[in-house]
Amino acid sequence: MKTHRVRENAVKSPENPTIFIHNLIVRIRRTMKKFSKGDNLFKLLTAVIASSIFLILGLMIYELTVGSRLSIQRFGIEFLVGTKWDPAITQVFGALPLILGTLVTSAIALLIGVPISLGIGLALSEFSPKRFGFAFSFLVELLAAVPSVIYGLWGIFTLIPFLRNNVYLPLQAMFGFFPLFSGLVYGGGVLTAGIVLAIMIIPTISAISRDAFSAVPNTQREAMISLGATKWETAKTVMSYARTGVIGAIILGLGRAIGETMAVTMVIGNKFQLLPTSLFDAWYTMSAIIANEFTEATYDLYVSALIEVGLTLFFIALIINVLARLIVWRSLKLVRGIARE
Amino acid sequence: MRTAYKIIIPIVAIAIIVTSVFAYQYLSTPQTQQTITLNGAGATFPFPLIDKWIAEYHKIKSNVQVNYQSIGSGGGIRQHTAKTVQFAASDAPLTEQQFTNASNTLHIPMTIGGVAITYNLPGVSQKLKFTGEVLADIFIGNVTKWNDSKLISLNPDANLPNQGIIVVHRSDGSGTTFVFTNYLSDVSQQWKLTVGKSTSVNWPVGLGGKGNEGVAGIVSQNPYTIGYVEFIYAKNNNLPWGSVRNSAGEFIEPSLDSFTKAASFAAVTLPRGDQSWSTVSIIDSIVNNTQATGAYPITSFSYFLVYKELNVLPNMDITSAKALVDFLWWTIHDGQNYSADLAYVPLPQEIRTHNEATILMIAFNGEQLYQS
Repeated sequence: MKTHRVRENAVKSPENPTIFIHNLIVRIRRTMKKFSKGDNLFKLLTAVIASSIFLILGLMIYELTVGSRLSIQRFGIEFLVGTKWDPAITQVFGALPLILGTLVTSAIALLIGVPISLGIGLALSEFSPKRFGFAFSFLVELLAAVPSVIYGLWGIFTLIPFLRNNVYLPLQAMFGFFPLFSGLVYGGGVLTAGIVLAIMIIPTISAISRDAFSAVPNTQREAMISLGATKWETAKTVMSYARTGVIGAIILGLGRAIGETMAVTMVIGNKFQLLPTSLFDAWYTMSAIIANEFTEATYDLYVSALIEVGLTLFFIALIINVLARLIVWRSLKLVRGIARE
Repeated sequence: MRTAYKIIIPIVAIAIIVTSVFAYQYLSTPQTQQTITLNGAGATFPFPLIDKWIAEYHKIKSNVQVNYQSIGSGGGIRQHTAKTVQFAASDAPLTEQQFTNASNTLHIPMTIGGVAITYNLPGVSQKLKFTGEVLADIFIGNVTKWNDSKLISLNPDANLPNQGIIVVHRSDGSGTTFVFTNYLSDVSQQWKLTVGKSTSVNWPVGLGGKGNEGVAGIVSQNPYTIGYVEFIYAKNNNLPWGSVRNSAGEFIEPSLDSFTKAASFAAVTLPRGDQSWSTVSIIDSIVNNTQATGAYPITSFSYFLVYKELNVLPNMDITSAKALVDFLWWTIHDGQNYSADLAYVPLPQEIRTHNEATILMIAFNGEQLYQS
């Protein structure tokens, strides 16, 4: 920084002829570099590639809107608040149960996944030896690479029977009077979908929150320890210091949970209803109905309604990502502000 | 310079490999015959059979390469209407609207399938008996207990438990659902008016499993469930199935034999190949036929869809058109010999004869293509 400033000052003061000539040469070289062909080409190329993102996004919104035109014209806002999905007789499509199903299963996933992910993040950044931490984070990130259909199959053949016999039935025996735990237990359903989703978002949230914890300046920890704080108290400070980064991580995980398709379809039971009667009851999500019905949607309005579900999902995901971006920005500003001080 | 080599060398290497692969392919195909490629798309139900046909046909005619994408009947019909495939396969005939959009489509029944009722009922060893009315009542939610008087009167010997019935249906749109809801619509007025028939419907009760494997998974893991799956899937996976009462008053189990009988009874009512088939349904034609002895009531055709005048297709020439017609002719004759091994139903003679007349209609620029 300092040397640079000195040089700039020198450019502005032409009193010293040797420095002036030297600066002139530097300037000419810079200008030549600016206009060198390779650099310009490279600049252009990156600009084109970068702007293709806008093109792709724009095309996506355009195609989804054009595709769902029939359904938008026919149902209008009714589509978002309607509770009936009848492709056979009345040909009426309403997506509210799907939207609720998507949001609620994702919320359950967060409820289960966030504490576990934060625990993993803390363990990796605060408590574990470095070498162990490296191996462990490798394993956690491996989870993110497992295809979702594998999670789905594992859900059907392993998780559902296990949960049914060892968790749900005992739960019902103890708390069956409580509406959330009443009703038919078949193993799949809302809670199972939430659990599978939780497992799927743990890698995302734990990896990002670990980075957020690691970014906390060591002075914070040292200050806490010097005040005589225990490990737990130190960890609490670290967590509160990194909270904006953690919120960003959670929202990215939420984004993944909302868009997840195959694994959810295979365990949620695919029942189109406004609200399930209990945690064990089946429900439906937006991405699941698209995956289920698109191939056999036999008339235009039906296809159009499914595309509109996709459009809705797109906007919900967009809103969540914008939120995540805003929060991450805020956290970056905070960190910079502290660094300046 | 170094970096430039680093880029150039891999590019050259890749180019050499790609060229040599193409060259190998080019040289290894016999130059005397031009390879003819035929593309088809559609239903997943007949896919294993069509796949077998394609492999066997390639052995006989090595210059004909048939491709078939099993993307679902709906997708097949869309591609057929858009004329992006040379033939399509569907589990349901074209509706009036679809037939108008894809005018001059011929329907060629290529195989027969059926829907089996599967269930998981611990402590009941004998096969359950159902009637259409009771099935409709179960799937609409009128009959909710296994020991409902309607079920007991049909199965007096079975020790039916006092347990709720868990209904399992397909969650994905499918020809199987179309066939099953077609049957329920025929036997129950309430079903017809409130739920209807379609590849997916607004199910009044129950859970949805994705695909045959999803339904079978839920049924096999949960006691007191009932669901429907393709017969072939039930058979290959040793699922239990019940018998269903037909219009002749017999309780019939799904089997190749009972499907064939059902199809033969329907054959007499089939329209000409170039007419609208929107109302064709084995189920509809035998549901009130008291003479239909031995016929399983939930039976349906799978169709090839092909244009009568093949020059409406882009990129179609007379050679490919001839190859397509020869392939179709072969599938409904020699091809049928492969059906039974894969648990598909071979076409009865009446339907083969009917199909022969249909295939003879196929033309290119007005010229009849099949020469026997």
